[in-house]
Amino acid sequence: MSDGHSSTVLERPASDASCANSLAGGYIEIENLSVSYDNCTVVERVSLRVQRNSVTALIGPSGCGKSSLLYCLNRLNDLVPCCSVAGSVNFSWMDAKLLGKNATQLRRQVGMLFQRPNPFPFSIRKNLEFALKQHGIKARTEISNRIECALREVGLWEEVHDRLDSSAMALSGGQQQRLCLARALVLDPDVLLMDEPCSALDPISTEKIETLIRGLSKRRTIVLVTHSLSQARRVADQVAVFWKVDGVGKLIECGKATDVFDRPQHPLTQTYLKFA
Amino acid sequence: MKQVVALQLDYRDLAWTGLMYGLTLAAFAVLLWPLFTVFSNGLQVLSWEFLFTRPTDAGRSGGIAPILVSTLAIVLTSLAAALPLAFGAAVMLTEGFDPEGWAARVLRCSLDILGGIPSVVFGLFGLSFFCRQLDLGYSILAGGLTLACMILPTLARSMAFSLESAASAHRVGGTALGLSRQSVLWHVLVPVALPGICAGIVLALTRALAETAVLLFTSGYSDRMPESLLDSGRSISVHIYDLSTNVPGGNSNAYGSAVALLLLLAVLSFSVHIITRWMQRSMTGTTTRSH
Repeated sequence: MSDGHSSTVLERPASDASCANSLAGGYIEIENLSVSYDNCTVVERVSLRVQRNSVTALIGPSGCGKSSLLYCLNRLNDLVPCCSVAGSVNFSWMDAKLLGKNATQLRRQVGMLFQRPNPFPFSIRKNLEFALKQHGIKARTEISNRIECALREVGLWEEVHDRLDSSAMALSGGQQQRLCLARALVLDPDVLLMDEPCSALDPISTEKIETLIRGLSKRRTIVLVTHSLSQARRVADQVAVFWKVDGVGKLIECGKATDVFDRPQHPLTQTYLKFA
Repeated sequence: MKQVVALQLDYRDLAWTGLMYGLTLAAFAVLLWPLFTVFSNGLQVLSWEFLFTRPTDAGRSGGIAPILVSTLAIVLTSLAAALPLAFGAAVMLTEGFDPEGWAARVLRCSLDILGGIPSVVFGLFGLSFFCRQLDLGYSILAGGLTLACMILPTLARSMAFSLESAASAHRVGGTALGLSRQSVLWHVLVPVALPGICAGIVLALTRALAETAVLLFTSGYSDRMPESLLDSGRSISVHIYDLSTNVPGGNSNAYGSAVALLLLLAVLSFSVHIITRWMQRSMTGTTTRSH
């Protein structure tokens, strides 16, 4: 809850145990979160409450710290040696003690989709079963069922069910991104983080991913970083607008997507959303 | 209005293109001429009998069977000793140490300096340390271990380079799935980096097979069939060196041995390639070629 390296600062206060695994209610509470690289602060004192089972879009110009903030939610910034984080992130419905200590457990619950499709250069099947096996799921039937479910959930099963042992690199960009989504979903995460997931895709693939985002948000919390204001308007329930003030990224406005897009309060948001 | 574009010959462009073709041909000739010389002089000597019999009359006649066995034993010993150390160093360079930290810098710098040391210096080191201090004498083991020291920098650096080149996207992707660093390394990065790692092994193998100076000091001259790793054994490059410099009338068998060396190198490289492909298929679970 204070300054220091990311691996030690993201303490999660104890949550109400009765909320665990409940689909109703819950939120991700981000409090006073600041991220610095080599003592250069990129995003400062962000406090934001992300509603559970909804889509929250983080928007704003490049370099205002949206992705850095997103990477704090599953502690991927631990991989960056010069990165330090202050503040706290609390998943109200999860066991805070377990997640606070174990980043791998946290990442199992908080899946991620990246800007560019990054399937492993393995077969389609191995891309999905690999993570399951690493998390201790060894039974063949369960693995097969989970793979089929995940591929069906992203609408890829019909396209690839007869070539599961072919290389994932032979798929198109859009298919690869859906495979990466299936790879995250196969672990059945509660939260999905998406870092500009459509920026490398064509409009048809983008539409498929957006439809998936809407469908997935019924039982998963999605935090989406996007530069496409029209995409944020189409898929988001809530919007958080970031802006670089005096060289440091700050949250300048947040609220329901309809409110922010139709009645922006902050003058900078009003100017920025003119491009929508 | 129709425009007529006159096709004009650009003589400077033509000259540069000609020069490029000329240099390419020259490079090919430089590569092919020694091969042609070796094959044209050595092919007539090469036969099954040559490969499977002992040398007689100081190598002027007979075959190279014990030489081939010694060579394989020396090279395999050096690979067995160098591979784990090189892999460990490569993993520490890419995953263990901070890439910009002092430990990684010192290790990289040490490997670079070791890689630039002339092989004869390694030979002297092997003679003093392995042969005398460890009392291994002139033996295949001493030769193999000295060769291991020599190929270690090449192996470690090429392995580290391959692991670094395994896109960071895979590293981040694996971590985002909740995998530990060890899992990401063994199950993601190593399969991805495998072709590069094996290319490094082939490179090290080539250096080891071609090495003469190190083995003159450490594994000795004996052309008898070795019975253990502690026996002295003559490697094929030492045999070629000996026949062409110390044995009058040994030239024709020297050329035959050179052809055998080139074929051995081709067979070993091909085998490493096949093993790599098999390992990569089983590690990545693919039954068809990736595009």
